[in-house]
Amino acid sequence: MHRLPGNLQTNRRLSQWLAIHPEGKVTITPGKVELGQGILTTLSQIAAEELEVDLARIEARAASTPDSPDEGVTSGSLSTQDSGGALRHACAAARAIFLGVVAQRVGVPLEAIRVEDGIFHGPAGPIGSYWALADQALLDCDAPAEARPRAPGERRIAGRSVPRIDLPDKVFGAARYVHDLRLPGMLHARMVRPPARGARLAGLREGPLPGAAQVVRDGDFLAVLAEAEWEAEAAAARLAARAEWEVADSLPEQALLTDWLREAATRGERSPVESRGDLAPPVARTLRRSFHRPYLAHASIAPSCAVARWEGERVEVFTHSQGPYNLRADLAKTLRCDPALITVRHREGAGCYGHNGADDVALDAVLAARAVPNTPVRLLWSRAEELGWSPFSPAMLVDVEADLDTAGTIVGWRSHIVSNGHSSRPGRDPEPTLLSASMLATPFAVKPSINPAMAAGGGAPRNGIPLYRIPALGVETTRLLEMPIRTSALRGLGATLNVWSIESVMDEAAALAGLDPLDYRLRHLDDPRAIAVLRRAADLAGWTGRTRREGFGMGIGFARYKNTGAWAAVIAEVEALDRVFCRRLWIAGDVGEAVNPDGVLNQLEGGAIHGASVALLEEVRFDRRTVTSDQWEGYPILRFSEVPQVELALIDRPEEPFLGAGEASMAPTIAAIAGGITQALGIRPRQLPFTPENLARA
Amino acid sequence: MTTLTINGTERRFEGDPDMPLLWFLRDELGLTGTKFGCGQALCGACTVHVDGNAVRACQTPVSAIDGAKVTTIEGLSPDGEHPVQVAWRGLNVAQCGYCQTGQIMQAAALLKDIPDPSDDDIDTAMSGNLCRCGTYPRIRAAIKQAAKGGRP
Repeated sequence: MHRLPGNLQTNRRLSQWLAIHPEGKVTITPGKVELGQGILTTLSQIAAEELEVDLARIEARAASTPDSPDEGVTSGSLSTQDSGGALRHACAAARAIFLGVVAQRVGVPLEAIRVEDGIFHGPAGPIGSYWALADQALLDCDAPAEARPRAPGERRIAGRSVPRIDLPDKVFGAARYVHDLRLPGMLHARMVRPPARGARLAGLREGPLPGAAQVVRDGDFLAVLAEAEWEAEAAAARLAARAEWEVADSLPEQALLTDWLREAATRGERSPVESRGDLAPPVARTLRRSFHRPYLAHASIAPSCAVARWEGERVEVFTHSQGPYNLRADLAKTLRCDPALITVRHREGAGCYGHNGADDVALDAVLAARAVPNTPVRLLWSRAEELGWSPFSPAMLVDVEADLDTAGTIVGWRSHIVSNGHSSRPGRDPEPTLLSASMLATPFAVKPSINPAMAAGGGAPRNGIPLYRIPALGVETTRLLEMPIRTSALRGLGATLNVWSIESVMDEAAALAGLDPLDYRLRHLDDPRAIAVLRRAADLAGWTGRTRREGFGMGIGFARYKNTGAWAAVIAEVEALDRVFCRRLWIAGDVGEAVNPDGVLNQLEGGAIHGASVALLEEVRFDRRTVTSDQWEGYPILRFSEVPQVELALIDRPEEPFLGAGEASMAPTIAAIAGGITQALGIRPRQLPFTPENLARA
Repeated sequence: MTTLTINGTERRFEGDPDMPLLWFLRDELGLTGTKFGCGQALCGACTVHVDGNAVRACQTPVSAIDGAKVTTIEGLSPDGEHPVQVAWRGLNVAQCGYCQTGQIMQAAALLKDIPDPSDDDIDTAMSGNLCRCGTYPRIRAAIKQAAKGGRP
């Protein structure tokens, strides 16, 4: 069978991807979902371009099972290439099919037909249109091996900045989010969570509840249903006060987290990531450095939410999950039913930046709704659940040894990355990974998280292999096999620590060699696109002409995301006062073909601000029993008054394949801020976040 | 009983006097443009105008504002053409958009009080409105554009 681009390979019917309607509209039905990254706008541009219709004619439908192709999870900065590549091919093929029919019918050679906003013109004038010919049977076929997408120079819609199609709704406050769904007869539900991880519900005192709220219990799963949102909230608080839990200490001592990682690593699963050139040239000096980061939260601005409704043995779920089919698979495993009995429909939520509580709350809604057949139930998590019970990005440790020759060039590199796995996404294990599956009367075991394969970018070791020219290199990782705090994917996965560790060692080695950090990096690089983003960022920032200012420092960070994705270089200026502030960022990115350049810039900027927040503020806090940083006061993120001024440059390469933009700038920003701190304060940070307490230990 | 004027229409509320305005707006009136984010007035997603001032609806009991005039995002302008909304669309500010109605209401209140705000004015007024997508620089640019009428 011929190889097709992106996810067309596994979803080959054209009709799975698009439909053409007589009223002059085109529907596209990608399996990727809108997370605020603007993917539906990008995919609509690609479809409009290849069909040669106005962008306004495209309607991108939210993904659902079974109506959308199974495109797995919307993650890893892969949506434009996987879904966009598929749609480009599918729409180009659809265009050829329609033109072929018209050409034959009218007797005009195919090459003589041009398309203008969906109208087909022959040498003597209009000869038809998609709309006159709209016949879904024409698309009810497998995609052909060959399609002729429009050449880069011909593109008029893809490659131009366009307004986001979802923005007018968001500016008017129209109901786009799953949180805003209001189905007839809908009940509101809230969870009651235990005061400790692994706690058992020992008793529940009886008593009236506000609004005659109904209790739903299955083992340690405890929820309330009420007619009004305020009643559900009040009832959950009342019920929480009546619940008696058996609790025990199960979490490590936070102050000794690094020691715990080292100790747990001795019982972990150690494996090689990359090994090459074991014969290092003569070594003059070896740098040995360790880097550490805490658990990080996704900290979505909206608590997770889902709406579920049972009818007989069927259940329908509205969710902001990143992977409708994956969620469906885990719901089916939890309910021990045929997945075909479950319909999952995507509705937007707040930005998730990875695997947050979206999937977990969907199961909660399904379990709560099971108590009230034929009634839609909307279950909304609290802020404390979102910050305290979603999966977290794992705490990590990296030990690096870098060998320098007499000229100060790096000739050998050994590193060991220690971490819990970075994925417990649903749909990939024989048992469900959803939070409440482990709390049922017949519970499922919680397995330690896994890492995606290196071919898919890796998890903990993501970006752990330096892109720099180093002749002898050995990278290893240890995945912990015990998981006191549930971990999963967050923007960048292991890259947020690995890039900083590599860039910090590059800075230190440059200083030892008496070289500028930019020049030192360039001396270790062969990749012209890497060199181009570094030079562009340096130009933007005026790096070479920079002057030293008391209390200020500038640093530089670079990575190619996953070593196979987008390139980004970031220069940061920091100011050291009672704590460190990031004042300015200069960012250069290369995502290959940028379909919506303004959208790419927004993603690069947002990722960098996320990086600044992680660098300076973020740390999940816990005691021996549970996560305690479950309100915004305990888990501060960057706010308006702390936001740096940002300048961006996009190196557009319309002839190159597109690469995702959402994760490229975050890790280099952290590295650049660390470099700025070194210049401002004369110390090299070793532990995230770069707070006064952690810097005092550097 | 509490009487409020919400987006120009008189509304009566006879329920639990402790109920926050947010649930009255979303649950009883179906005005879902005002968002729940934390329930503790720490994120700004639920920002509305009460007698012209930006307040957090999640921490404002309905009974505490008897007789007040409340404006939500749905009532900010009849056609979505408030200069802040125009600037927001023009600059493609939002990513996920969930915090943005609160940001817009906060920004509109700022511009009513200070028509040509400085960076410091913007920082002070907007610092209680969190955005996890990191759209702050675009919000700042949009506020400045809105101060000039909304269009570039």
